[in-house]
Amino acid sequence: MSMAQDQTPGQTIETDVVIIGAGPVGLFAVFELGLLDIKVHLVDILDKIGGQCAELYPEKPIYDIPGLPVVTGQELTDRLMEQIKPFDPTFHLNERVDEISKQDDGRFLLKTDVGTCFLTKVVVIGAGGGSFTPKRPPIEGIEAYEGTSVHYSVRRMEFFRDKDILIVGGGDSALDWTLSLQPLAKTLTLLHRRDDFRAAPHTVEKMRELVANGQMRLLIGQMRGLHGSDSQLEAVTVKTKEGEERFPVNTVLPFFGLTMKLGPISDWGLNLHENLIPVDTEKFETSEPRIFAIGDINAYPGKLKLILSGFHEAALMAQKAHSYIFPDKKLLFQYTTSSSSLQKKLGVR
Amino acid sequence: MARITFIQPDGTSQTVQATAGQTVMEAAKLENVAGIEAECGGACACATCHVYIADDWREKTGSPSEMEEDMLDFAFDVRAESRLCCQIKVTDDLDGLIVQVPAKQF
Repeated sequence: MSMAQDQTPGQTIETDVVIIGAGPVGLFAVFELGLLDIKVHLVDILDKIGGQCAELYPEKPIYDIPGLPVVTGQELTDRLMEQIKPFDPTFHLNERVDEISKQDDGRFLLKTDVGTCFLTKVVVIGAGGGSFTPKRPPIEGIEAYEGTSVHYSVRRMEFFRDKDILIVGGGDSALDWTLSLQPLAKTLTLLHRRDDFRAAPHTVEKMRELVANGQMRLLIGQMRGLHGSDSQLEAVTVKTKEGEERFPVNTVLPFFGLTMKLGPISDWGLNLHENLIPVDTEKFETSEPRIFAIGDINAYPGKLKLILSGFHEAALMAQKAHSYIFPDKKLLFQYTTSSSSLQKKLGVR
Repeated sequence: MARITFIQPDGTSQTVQATAGQTVMEAAKLENVAGIEAECGGACACATCHVYIADDWREKTGSPSEMEEDMLDFAFDVRAESRLCCQIKVTDDLDGLIVQVPAKQF
């Protein structure tokens, strides 16, 4: 496997297929395409490979993968990675495909949120429930402060120097950023709903030390309201056991985990039905030729949102993708058990 | 069998028939109860099936496990009566259960 760091930033990457989403179905699609000599780049918004399996339930057992009576989300991801190793796909993690535009030569130009561009003959959308995005606390008017005073991630630490910061949450993100930003911040308050933290014990301990030394404040309670004007935050209201408290801050970092949103896919001009992409059941192609949708993101009569359905869809998609990528080559159906050319590709000796 | 009543933030309610062994979340999803999203499908991994259990029922539904408490950190407006309803198994004892759906699931 290759990671995107191997590429020069800013250059346009030419490839056969871009798969959007590195979940189990996207990974298996690499295998099916690989057997047909098709080269693949994968893009995923998460910082890891495996999609929901890795993000939502890495340790939860799955019981309905054929041939694997029980396998965890992470184990399945690891097994698939082992299976696709011979095909050396390139992964672009922490990136989201924002734009797709059709070129005159029939290929597609894809752009990601960090500026990576792909010129590809075929696009495979394997985006599951959509892209994982940070949860936005349902507080009235919060949108107005996003990007100026409310941030769901830290891209540049220096941005937070001399700010009066409120960090909300009790997991690793909340605690790690508390420790990293405390030395830069003018003041820092950590707000969590209970005096119990899921985060790694040593970071919790360090945080408690800072509180004991008066270098930051820990509040047990929940965020209730944001106050300010012109997208500049001036204060927050917090509900604690003692009642409501309003105090001045100009920066809030809420860490409430991730949720799945369809995101930019809805702007790509594809037919959509209830946030899903309708496809045919022969090729799993969308309303736009050369753009396929496989796994949980697609819809067709009788669709079951099972990983195994996505595997089947990946195999059939690959057959059709082959005709777009190698229009002059006849595709001969072969079995991995008996075909020496397939076994050679898989590195079987 | 247990009848479970879901009360929405606007005061409207919907009563569903649940079968012992189901979770309260599954019973709600089967009847399309509004406000129960259950994004992760019941893996206790997303906190989008957050509900409030009426006071007099909390003894019968039990209290959240450590894993559920951790996941409740991802819910909004968490109260003493908060539960993730994918973690409440239906038993015949829960016949008549009243569940309040929060204003927002995030």
